[in-house]
Parts: sequence; C-alpha cells; structure tokens
Amino acid sequence: MIYDALIAPFELDVMRRALVATFALSFSAAPIGVFLMLRRMSLIGDALSHAILPGAAIGFLIAGLSVFAMAGGALITGFLITIGAGLIARATPIKEDASLAAFFLISLALGVVIVSVKGSDEDLVHFLFGSAMTIKSPALILIAAIASVSLVAFALIWRSLVMECVDPGFLRSVSGAGSSAHIAFLALLVLNLVGGFLVLGTLLAIGIMMIPAFIARFWARDITGMIAVAIGSAMISGYAGLVISHSVGLPAGPTIILAAGALYALSVIAGPAGGLLWLALPRRHLRA
Amino acid sequence: MAAIRFSDVTLGYDRHPAVHHLTGTVEAGSLTAVVGPNGAGKSTLFKGITGTLKPLAGHIERNGFGVRDIGYLPQAAEIDRSFPITVYDMVAMGLWRQTGPFGGLGHKQNNAIEAGIAAVGLTGFEQRVIGTLSGGQMQRMLFARLLIQDARLIVLDEPFSAIDGKTCNDLMQLVRRWHQEGRTIIAATHDIELVRANFPQTLLLAREPVAWGPTREVLTTENLHTARCMCEAFDESAETCVQAA
Repeated sequence: MIYDALIAPFELDVMRRALVATFALSFSAAPIGVFLMLRRMSLIGDALSHAILPGAAIGFLIAGLSVFAMAGGALITGFLITIGAGLIARATPIKEDASLAAFFLISLALGVVIVSVKGSDEDLVHFLFGSAMTIKSPALILIAAIASVSLVAFALIWRSLVMECVDPGFLRSVSGAGSSAHIAFLALLVLNLVGGFLVLGTLLAIGIMMIPAFIARFWARDITGMIAVAIGSAMISGYAGLVISHSVGLPAGPTIILAAGALYALSVIAGPAGGLLWLALPRRHLRA
Repeated sequence: MAAIRFSDVTLGYDRHPAVHHLTGTVEAGSLTAVVGPNGAGKSTLFKGITGTLKPLAGHIERNGFGVRDIGYLPQAAEIDRSFPITVYDMVAMGLWRQTGPFGGLGHKQNNAIEAGIAAVGLTGFEQRVIGTLSGGQMQRMLFARLLIQDARLIVLDEPFSAIDGKTCNDLMQLVRRWHQEGRTIIAATHDIELVRANFPQTLLLAREPVAWGPTREVLTTENLHTARCMCEAFDESAETCVQAA
C-alpha cells in the first residue's frame, strides 16, 4: 500500500527522470536562492527567469524542440540581459532593479510572440510552465551538468561570496576576489534558471530556487544550516509534488511548487526560527 | 622611517575632492588619530590608504608593504549584520592572507582564532550569529579579526563610536599593545579626550588638512574651530582646481 503510493510511481521511466532532474536542481538552485534572499535580490531572480524566454524561443524557432538549442538561446539571453541591465543602470539614472524589470517585461512579451509564431498553444504552455514529465535524456544530462558545475563553482567562490555579502569593505582590503565572486554568482544564477526552465518553465523556474530558501529562514540560524535545509526542502517538494501529481493527475511543475508552498506555510507557522506559533506561545523568558 | 608618504594627494568622487591637497608622512610605528567633523574625508582618506580608492591627483607611497598587508577595520555601518554568519567564521576571515579564498583551517589556525576571540572577551560566543551581538560585542569581534590578521599597518575607521566606556577601554588597550609591538596605527575618531589621552600624533582634517603633528600642538581651540567651519557640500559648479602643489 505504502509502496504503491510512494515508490511504485517511480517505476515509470518519465517519473524517474523527473525525480532525478528535480533532485539535481535542488542541490544547485537552492543554495543560490539562499544567497539571493540574503542579498535582498529575491525578485531579481524572478525577473531574470522571465527574461530568458525569448532566447529559448529563438532556439525553438530555429531547431524545434531541441533541448540544446533552447538552453543555449536561454543562456545567451540570460547573460546579455544581466550585463545589459547592469550597464544601463550604471550609465543612466535608472536603478538596476527598474532596468531589469523593463528588460524582463519586454523579453517575456517578445518570447511569447516568438513561440506563438511557430508553435501551438501546447508548446507555449510548456515554455511557461515547463515539461517535467517529458524530460528526455539530453535534458537530464544538461541539468545534471549544470548542477555539477554549480556545486564545484560554489565551493570555489564560497568564502569570497559570503564575505562580499557580509563585509565587502574588509574583503576589498584583503583580496580582489569580491567582484569576480559576484559575477560568478550571477553566471550561476543564469545557468540554474536555464536548468529550472527545462523542468518548470520560465514562470516557475524561480520557485524551486526561492521558496526553499524562504523555508530555510524559519529552520536555521546560520548560513550553512540554511543551505542544508533549503536543499532538503527542495528535494522533499520535488518528490512530494511528483507523487501527488501522479496520483491525482495534476501537472507536475506547478504541483512541485505547490508542495514547496505547503512546506513554506508550515514553516511560517511552526518554524523554530521565528515561526508565528512560537511568537504566539506564551513562554516565560529565561534567566539569562 | 616613513610608513606612508602622501604627496599632494587629492582623493574624491566624480572629480569632486573629499580630501584636498594632503602632504605629509605617517612614521613607522606611530600611533596617529585622524580627527575632523562628519564629511571631513576621514573614511575617504582610509580608502586611499587601503588602495580601494585611487587618488584623483598626487600619490600615496607605502613603504615596504603592499595594500594587502594592511589591517582594516571598516565602519560598523558597512557590515550587513543580518547576514547569518557565526562569530567564529567572521573572526576566521582575519586569516585570509594565510588561507586565501580556498585554504582550510588547521590546528594552528583554529588555535589562533580561539585566542583572538578570548583576547577580546568573547569566549562562549563562537557559534552565535553576528545579528545577535550588541554594538560593543560586534566591535570586539572585529578587533579579534584584526588581532589575528597580524598586520603591520592597522587602519581603524571610527573604532570607538557608539560603544560604552568599558568596551572602549578594553579595545584601546589592544591598540596600545599593537603600538608597543611596533605596528603603525591610524584611527579616525570623534572623541577628542580619548585622542588627547592616548594618541601621540594627530591629523586634523576638514577636507583639507588643518594641522598635522604632535597631538598637543594640533588640537588647539583655534584649529578645532577652523575644522568646524568647514564647508561640507560639494559645489556642483566648481571650477577646475589649479592650486599649485
């Protein structure tokens, strides 16, 4: 019975592939989400994830539903827009968030138009909400590669990135690594959004990145703990989302994000680090 | 011997000077206070010394050490205290020049970190995240980081602001110890009495140097008055400065 509900669905090839893809994404995207949250850049990731759509769409226009063409296009637009938004913000009175917002709105509209020119409505839905259940081996390999590269890169920039966040003035005084760590971080962000796009689509890709980070805030107090919780809750959401979508017959991507949403709600209420329940509970204060 | 020599240095932002035509030397092993009103250019001067800001004109000569040999204490306001990093990890960053961005912490390093934390009286706080520290504890932690950084030139940007008398005394004792060990120390502060009691040398700065030398000769009523009358605002329509060096 329990086996039928929790394990048997993964006897299906498509389910196994989807599970591996979300697990791989959990390891690389969730830590990035934690840093985005701590740097108050949560919405920047959101904007950027929409902004990669026209690149993917152009890849689709040229090569049809080829994973590498779409991911390549998405990657190129992602980098172009990150750099472009940064340059415009530096050269004009527009702030970086406003500049990025302008880019992503234009990109999203452009992307939808491009997909509609060649594809069907069904294709468009895949672009926007992903196609977790139709992931083929090439996409899986790409996602695994992105996750592996991200983990190695993270290990390399970790110390510089943390210091760049906490005390950039001090970091500048001991090392020039700060700005390269920041650029590497933005590159990892784009890379993982492309990975997320393949599973969850352009509208939900950011979900597997940010919601686990918000969950982690309620369970851990230091950065290492937060990242562990974020990865764990991303994996749980991925697994639970897939099982539920399989048994109830819901679309996989949105169900995964909803599972994460449920975990988030639970954390807001009962999370030991600032959850509402602990605030409401009349507990006596300590002696010291 | 001079540790730092300023030759007609002008530092600033967007062509507007914040420190204007500074010439002079910081002797090796000296203990110098930089005094001046808000906006006098103290932090800007320190950014020039640590090499994060290039002079608009003139040059800063560092004798016998690179910018990486400088121990720098940033103003507390520049640190994101909401970031969830522990006291131990933050202090450990003082070893950056040994470990770099990748190196691990061995037995020797861990001992140094613990000794640093103990020296500032924060033993027991190792695993606390920095957001839970009081202002004084925060400053003690930053001094622990400086302590294990073991730098020959130490630059302190307002190390004693917003802390109580006891913490101030404890930290000043560390500064005196560094001075006795022959390190060169420059500190910005607004506490004139503290400067009179502890710092042999003073630079009184108000965008332009008002006076620089032995503290007793610099901190006169007249000089302090001149410094207070400094014009703080940038003149947007200022003409190109042509003052001769």
